[in-house]
Amino acid sequence: MQIQSMHFKQTASQKLNDAVLQTAMKKAKGKFVDGRAAAVAEVDAWQDIRTYAAAMRDRVIANLDAYLIEFERNAIARGAVVHWAETAEEANAIIVNIAKQNLVKTVTKSKSMVSEEIALNDALEAANIEVVETDLGEYILQLAHEPPSHIVAPAVHKSKEQVADLFAAAHGRPRSTDITALTREAREVLRDKFLNADMGISGANFVIAETGTTLTVTNEGNADLVTTIPRIHCVVTGIEKVIGTLEDFATLIRLLPRSATGQSAANYLTLTTGVKSADELDGPEQMHIVLIDAGRTKLVGSNMAEMLRCIRCGACMNHCPVYQNVGGHAYGWVYPGPMGSVLTPAYIGIEKAGDLPNAATFCGECQVVCPVKIPLPDLMRKWRERQFDGALRPWHERASIKLWSAFATRPRLYALAAQVAARTAAILGGKQKRITWLPGLDGWTDGRDMPAPAGKTFREQYREQHRDSAIK
Amino acid sequence: MSARDNILNRIRTQSQRTGVTSAEELVDVRAHIAERARGPLPSTARENPLTRFISECERLKTSVDSVASLNDVPLALASYLRKNTLKMAVVGWPSLSAQNWAEAGVRFDNRLANANDMVGMTDCFCAIGETGTLLLLSGADTPKLHALLPETHICIVSQKRIVATMEDAFQLLRQEKGTLPRATFLVSGPSRTADIEQTIVIGAHGPYRVHVILVP
Repeated sequence: MQIQSMHFKQTASQKLNDAVLQTAMKKAKGKFVDGRAAAVAEVDAWQDIRTYAAAMRDRVIANLDAYLIEFERNAIARGAVVHWAETAEEANAIIVNIAKQNLVKTVTKSKSMVSEEIALNDALEAANIEVVETDLGEYILQLAHEPPSHIVAPAVHKSKEQVADLFAAAHGRPRSTDITALTREAREVLRDKFLNADMGISGANFVIAETGTTLTVTNEGNADLVTTIPRIHCVVTGIEKVIGTLEDFATLIRLLPRSATGQSAANYLTLTTGVKSADELDGPEQMHIVLIDAGRTKLVGSNMAEMLRCIRCGACMNHCPVYQNVGGHAYGWVYPGPMGSVLTPAYIGIEKAGDLPNAATFCGECQVVCPVKIPLPDLMRKWRERQFDGALRPWHERASIKLWSAFATRPRLYALAAQVAARTAAILGGKQKRITWLPGLDGWTDGRDMPAPAGKTFREQYREQHRDSAIK
Repeated sequence: MSARDNILNRIRTQSQRTGVTSAEELVDVRAHIAERARGPLPSTARENPLTRFISECERLKTSVDSVASLNDVPLALASYLRKNTLKMAVVGWPSLSAQNWAEAGVRFDNRLANANDMVGMTDCFCAIGETGTLLLLSGADTPKLHALLPETHICIVSQKRIVATMEDAFQLLRQEKGTLPRATFLVSGPSRTADIEQTIVIGAHGPYRVHVILVP
């Protein structure tokens, strides 16, 4: 996917004035936040499960090489072919090659954020292979030629009217804005694609070392059709998705759907292990698993390794006041919200994604709702520190932080400056005692007034009151 | 150096480890996997599996019927089909073909399901009480498409095969089958989507209806 993260500020401003998006985001916010809260409240051991899951993910990440080797061994034993790709380009070349060798003309795909990362559809189309997204949200976006704006609900930014326009143009049927009818229309149009595809491409929510299994967590049933009907099944996933056992999966699946959509259970959990046997009537003859690095190893062993625990539920973005207002496209790449603000700089480079770790109020809600306890605000702060150290923020921002730290680390100087500032601000406030303009901060004061301080600092007032009470 | 070696080497270097992954490290990982440690359970996982299964099915919009014996299934099926004004024809798993479907007025086709079939009939390996989930395994006599392509999926569930948790289901699977089949398929209710305006619609690419017939 084309990187637009460097335009965050500009895009975010546009999105704040996009009426359709603002309506969509307000609707989604209530459903995601309330839905999760109700689903989590049903699980009395929620905190214990989170703690256990975080430690379980950490254990694998601390021994990632051994777990991957064990996964590979067991997957091969079941007839799968395991490929490794260091970069997006390598991954695309591997998949296009599999398709070409097998004379694949059409591909059905279930939702995969990793495939968005590597822009797999573009690579397949460039090789004259037809690719059809089958997740309803992804299908809508394929028709609209847009990237997803949410990792779980990719078309969350679209209104039903917009979907109706897209369907009417693409399907040549009468336009309907009824959501049930639109869903039925997609089902009918995609049925033939499912039945006639030569290759199915899916992502993997997890891959299991114990059994060599890859698995998807879905609601629509599309991933099941994609992994069952075509003669070739190709899985594209990141190396950090490996977990140890079926039991580990059972633990994680108590967290994932509840955190993502407020569901007690996802409709379909599909564990695929190897290829079909000679006597089976359905299932693929070939299974290819492409394990992708593309920046992940940079996080291994780093002070941001906790990010590799992520199970892609989207709760952090659903609860983020910045995401709730600007939507996912403003972040300019595949992963929006707090998890994206940590991942995107790691994967594509901080110099291209500098605004993202700064696009946070640091309210801390993302960490509170994260099912695997990723300290997201801490990790975003670490990116801010790196930006400061690497001189990657604008000079005036760095200068003001340096100036601030010069005062903040010298108490006497700080007290003096605070006195000057408090007096000046009190004068600026005038009779109304409201500050309507501040030098250099007119962007802030254009839209809001600030109550003027009393004229004395906290320390001065404290000293005076203390003296008064001492006399009495 | 292959991409595989480069990735594994980078992981080693980043983790402050030298050389390639050692035999001892692999033995450690295998030993940890062999423990099959279970995580903490919510108290809902300790409820009676059968009653929990029925109440969770209701929540997921899986309808549940109960019969006294396996021989009563054809009549229960016929009455379900009539009630939902469906055609009196199903495509089903070979393992179910021995039942007397004709007597109940139902045509039972023992073949792979296709896109024209309206009702698919299966049983299941086991079911999970905690989440109202059906666990189906792929195999020569148990193709997955029966539970996917038709608009209605009917599943016979033996009460004896309802376990409390997913951990219990996987344990049973290891005991009875040794390894996982090609596809292990856990179904919790009819297919659904909320991709347009976060409005839940039942019936996306999979079945619109999932109906369970409980047998002893």
